[in-house]
Parts: sequence; structure tokens; C-alpha cells
Amino acid sequence: MSFTVPQDLEARIDELVSRYPVKRSAVLMVLHALQEHFGWISQEAIEWTAKKLGLQPINVFELVTFYPMFRQQPAGRYQIKICRTLSCALAGSHELHKRICEKLGLDPTKHGPQTTKDGKFTVEFVECLASCHTAPVMMVNEQLYERVEQAKAFEVLSQCG
Amino acid sequence: MSVARTTESKPAPPEVEKIRVKVNGREIEVPRLMPDWQGKLAPTTMLQACEAAGVTVPHYCYHPKLPVAGNCRMCLVEFGTPALGPDRKPILNPDGTPKIVKSPRPAIACATPVSPGMEIYTNTPTVKAMRQGVLEFLLINHPLDCPICDQAGECKLQEYSVDYGQSTSRFVEAKVHKPKAVQLGPRIVFDAERCILCTRCIRFTRDIVGDDALGIINRGSYNTITTYPGTFFDNNYSLNTVDLCPVGALTSKDFRFQMRVWFLKETPSICTSCATGCNITIWSRGNKIYRYTPRENDAVNGPWMCDYGRLNFKWIGRDDRLKDVIVRGQKTTWAAALNELADRLKHAPAGSVAIIASARQSNEELWLLSKLKARLGAFSDSVPRTGEADKLLVNADKNPNSNGARLTGIAGSELGANLGGIASGIANGKIKTLIVFGEDVTKHGLGPDLLARLDALIVSDILPNETTRRAHYLLPGCAHAEKSGSFTNAAGRVQRFLKAIEPPGDARPEWEFLHELVNNVVGGNGARSIAHLFDEMARDIPAFRSLTWAALGDRGVELKI
Ligand code: SF4
Ligand code: SF4
Ligand code: FES
Ligand code: FES
Repeated sequence: MSFTVPQDLEARIDELVSRYPVKRSAVLMVLHALQEHFGWISQEAIEWTAKKLGLQPINVFELVTFYPMFRQQPAGRYQIKICRTLSCALAGSHELHKRICEKLGLDPTKHGPQTTKDGKFTVEFVECLASCHTAPVMMVNEQLYERVEQAKAFEVLSQCG
Repeated sequence: MSVARTTESKPAPPEVEKIRVKVNGREIEVPRLMPDWQGKLAPTTMLQACEAAGVTVPHYCYHPKLPVAGNCRMCLVEFGTPALGPDRKPILNPDGTPKIVKSPRPAIACATPVSPGMEIYTNTPTVKAMRQGVLEFLLINHPLDCPICDQAGECKLQEYSVDYGQSTSRFVEAKVHKPKAVQLGPRIVFDAERCILCTRCIRFTRDIVGDDALGIINRGSYNTITTYPGTFFDNNYSLNTVDLCPVGALTSKDFRFQMRVWFLKETPSICTSCATGCNITIWSRGNKIYRYTPRENDAVNGPWMCDYGRLNFKWIGRDDRLKDVIVRGQKTTWAAALNELADRLKHAPAGSVAIIASARQSNEELWLLSKLKARLGAFSDSVPRTGEADKLLVNADKNPNSNGARLTGIAGSELGANLGGIASGIANGKIKTLIVFGEDVTKHGLGPDLLARLDALIVSDILPNETTRRAHYLLPGCAHAEKSGSFTNAAGRVQRFLKAIEPPGDARPEWEFLHELVNNVVGGNGARSIAHLFDEMARDIPAFRSLTWAALGDRGVELKI
């Protein structure tokens, strides 16, 4: 399957690039646009970006691996982010993360995002989601869930179709 | 060819303003501007000022020939500047000295410019504590590899740990493990656990070579140097990163695990793979060469050399090296062979001898041959050897001493122009004796049928070839690593190389036996050491006049050609 960027997306990206005095400054915006469209950043997407901005692929690869927000594998249909930072940690988010992983057959000790075999869920243990006052919190795709008890989490999971 | 001697290859730098600073209480004067990594004038840094004061500031990421990165923090120092009153005039102490305000924060010496009256402190308890702290962090995930690490003995992490570090680790947590023995390229093996992420390798290949091949991926303690997936670190300068790497992260595939560096002897020499004549150090033990490394000479190669030149030494240790003096198929002694040759040459009619001497022979050897040439009225030439040049160091002329061949008169300005004439001289029977030094002439228009017409084929070489197989007199010679001498590089710089190892069997330095032979044929006795020989040559050849072996030093002297 060859990598093609649809015309309208490319036009949008060109517009993004034109906002910056130096082309390479647009690299994060370009990557976001590509991830929004494709769901993840493939090696082809990295090479395409490098070419677009007159960079070497290694320069873009450095960024993609630096920021956890860029996915280097396609994610599951439901992306679950559980907060691991202080307030949530004190409120039991580590236990919550462990239970959710176990329920989905994932390894809670593994570093980085993990996707279930059926490609349905991706679970990630992330830093502060900026809702510390309602800890522990988790997000499923764009939806934020607050004061998440284990039972509530499992209920949310079961509602994912 | 008009020739004048110059001592400096670059014009003297313009006068720059001097400022006074204090390093650990001692006042020194430094220029306000000093050359940066590209040689352009830039504000003098605290690190440069400390160096000028003879004070070492430990550092990892800083390298004088690379852009400053300021990431390792090893060079942190304390400093103070003169306090200024509301009138912008210095506030004075009661004793009349300017009042110094110590900065509450330390600064990295490699990237902080000095200012007039600044005081730099490198030996305070705070500086010691900072160095200890930096080292402790660097060692957190560092493996205990020293006993099996190639860098041991020349590792800045080892050295600074001894000088400034702690004797025991306080780290009880689990170490992060990263990839080991990664093939970054065909000549480079990388150990990510040993890397201290100073980015010297990245900056070198990006900013010096122009091949942006390396980068740092991931974050925090997972940071790793890598190439882009599916690509390799494979430019002709990649091995310089092994020298640059302050630790044992980047190792040479060729030298890896071969020898402990402290067993090796270092001999200053010159690379022979092209006319640039990069200055090198030959690292040997016993009679074996283990590696070449570049020897810094800003007039020639800076601190770098190319990978091809660096690895082009394996042939010196080959088993099939010529080891015996052979006359008409019989092994004999040097004395017998040289006597017979002298007799023969003395009686050779003028115009019946030709000399083909490689532009890989030293100045001294070519000069001795030119004396024979003059005496015998011989024809002579060298063999041109051309290839590709690049923007950094590699010269298109693959002979290390084409200019030596020209200046001694062995070759004309265009090497090889006489080879055709020599071939036809042999074909029409005029040339009866051919002296060949260091070339397989069968590959250069003098085929076996021509060689068969000669009365005498006198050959000196290092490795066997079609010419040596046909020689009536075969005189085994030496690689440059096995003798001393000098070359004249493409820019006209006369540079000397010294003997690192012994030649095999009966092989002898060509200058030694040529000297004997020439004295027998031409007369005179002269000196037996290379230094005397060089000085004698310098008196004889206008281009070299006023040069002496001693004055060449380790950096050479450039002639204006
Ligand atoms: S591999 Fe060596 S030179 Fe490169 S960043 Fe690591 S320590 Fe520095
Ligand atoms: S550039 Fe030429 S002289 Fe320098 S190392 Fe390479 S081959 Fe040797
Ligand atoms: S700590 Fe979890 S949302 Fe801030
Ligand atoms: S040498 Fe100054 S920060 Fe590395």
C-alpha cells in the first residue's frame, strides 16, 4: 500500500508551512495534521514530512520518538489514557491502570502504549491530564471520565462497541 | 617552478583587542576574540581563557573543531564580574581593587564568553560538587564495561571519574538497558549503554562531513543515538567519530577487541593514500600495526582523516611481502647484489638506462635516484595515480609524493609523460637497463614482452607483482611505516614520517641501500642517517634549500610552489 497524502490535506499542510518564516519550524504542525488524518505516523509519513520541509528523515524521526503524543503504530479504535501523575496516583490510578490492563490481557509493567490483539483498545499510562481535582481520571478517545472507580472503568469499557 | 619557503600557511590573524581576566586568582591577558570551530573570530570563552591560563576544565561535548553544544555540563565553573555603581563605574574595594560580585549561578565554560575583569574559579568546593554530580548522573545507567571496553585507557569517563568522581555508587535502582553492539554502519559498532549523549558524533557528521546521518531518538534515559531506520552511517569519514567519542560508545569494527591501547607504541607518520598527506599516528605493538589515527595538524588535515586512508595498512603485514635479495633467481646478500649493481651501472653507456620511480617513494629516495639519473644520463618518470577528490580532505592525486617526484626531477610537471618514450626506447633497443622502484610497470605500458628485451631489470618493491617476477635484480624495500623519510604533499608541504616497525626478512629501507649504491656509482660517502641525508638533499635541491630535517618537526614546512 503506497503512502499518499490527499490533495486537500496537502493544501492544508502547505498553508500551515507558509505561516512560519522557516519551513522546519512547521514540523510539529505537519505531523499533527498527518496523525489526525492517518491515525498514526508511519515511516512513510516521516519521509514525506522531511521532504516537504527540506529536512533529513532522521530529524523528523527524532521528534516523533521524543513526543509520546505521536503514535508510531496504528492505535486501537478506543484509546484509553489513564493519568499516572501525583493527584491521580494518590487517588489510586496505578491500581486502576493495572486492573484495566489485566482485564484487557495487556502487560501493566510494559512501557508505552499497548494495543489489544483485536485492535479494539489501546491503553496508555500518561502524565497529568489537567483534571487533578477530580482524580483519578481517564480519557477514552476525546471523552474525559472523572473520579473513576474500578467498577466505573469496567462499565465504560463494556459500553465500547 | 619558483619556490620560496614559508613557515605559516595562513596569513597572520588581525590584531584583536586584549582583555584581562583572572583564573583561580591569577591574572592573564586573553584576546577578546578567538577562532571558533570554523576558525572564524568569536568571543573568547571561559574555557579558552582557562586553557590559556594552563588550567584544565574537564569537558565532554565541547570540541574545538565542532560547533558548541553545551549539553554535558561537565565544564561548569563559578565566576564573578566587577561590580558597577549607578554611574556604570566599577565599585572599588577599600584597597583600591575592583569589587567582584560572584555570580549566584555557575556557568558552562565552553559557551560563556569572558568579559573584562571577570574572575573564573575552577577549584572551589561548589565546582567540585558539580563535577561530582554530573558524573554521578552520567554513571547512573552506565554499564560496568571497562574491562571489556575498547575505550579503556583513553576514556574521558574513566579519567574524570578518577579525577572528580566518587569511588562508590549510591544508585540502587534498576539500570535502564539499551542496545549493545549495534552496527551503525559498515565500519562502526555502537553501544548505546555507554553513550553519554554528548552529540559530538552527530555534529561531526552533520557539520563537518555534511552527511546528516545520526540523531538522538526517544526521551530521557531511553535516549539513543541512531541512524534513520533502513539507512547506515557510511561516509568516508565515519571513523573520526570513534576518535571523537569521549567514551567507548562508538568503536571501530576493525580495531574492536584487537588490543589494549596502553600496550601500543605511537609513532608520528603520514598517510600515503593520497596527496593530501594527512598527519597520522601509527599505533603498533611488536611488529604489528593495529591502527592509524589522525594527528592534528591544522595546516593539513585538522584533527581528521578519511576512513579509506585510515584502514589502508593491512598490506604492510601481508605474508607474501618480498623478504629476500634476489639476483637472477638466486637469493643473495645485499653486499653482493649492490656491488654487482654498482659495477654494472658504472659501465652503462650514457642514455642506456631508464628509471621509473613511484611517487610513493620518499623525497630522499627520489633524490638519490635523481643523482643516479644525472650520472647515467638516464630517462626517468613516475606513474600518475588519479581518482576522485572530495570537499574535505581527499585529493584526486593518489600518490603521496607527486610533488617530491617533480621537485627532484624524477618526473616532469605531468607525471607519466615520459613513460611512452621509455617504452619505445626499450622497444628500439636504446634502453638496455631499467630501474623500477615501487611500481608494477607491466600495468603502465611496459608489458612483459618489452621487459624481456632488457639486459638488466633492477626492481625494488614491497609486494610481488608481474614486474618483480621478471626482475634480474630484486631488492626488497619497506613500507613507509618501516622507515623514516619525508613526502611533499599536494600543497607543497614537506612532512616527515618516522619508523614504527621493523621490515620483514632482509628488506631494507630504500634510502639506505640507494645511498650505498649511489655512493658506489657516483662517489662520495656522506651521512648514514636520514637526518643527514635530508639535509644533504636540501642543500642540493633549490626547492628544499634552507629546510632541515630538524626544522620539519612534526608538522612539516610548506614550500610555495
Ligand atoms: S556515541 Fe559517543 S560521541 Fe556520540 S553522543 Fe554518544 S558519547 Fe557522544
Ligand atoms: S584524505 Fe588522503 S591523506 Fe588524508 S587520510 Fe584520506 S587518503 Fe590519507
Ligand atoms: S494528576 Fe491526574 S489529572 Fe493531574
Ligand atoms: S563541555 Fe561545556 S557543556 Fe559540555
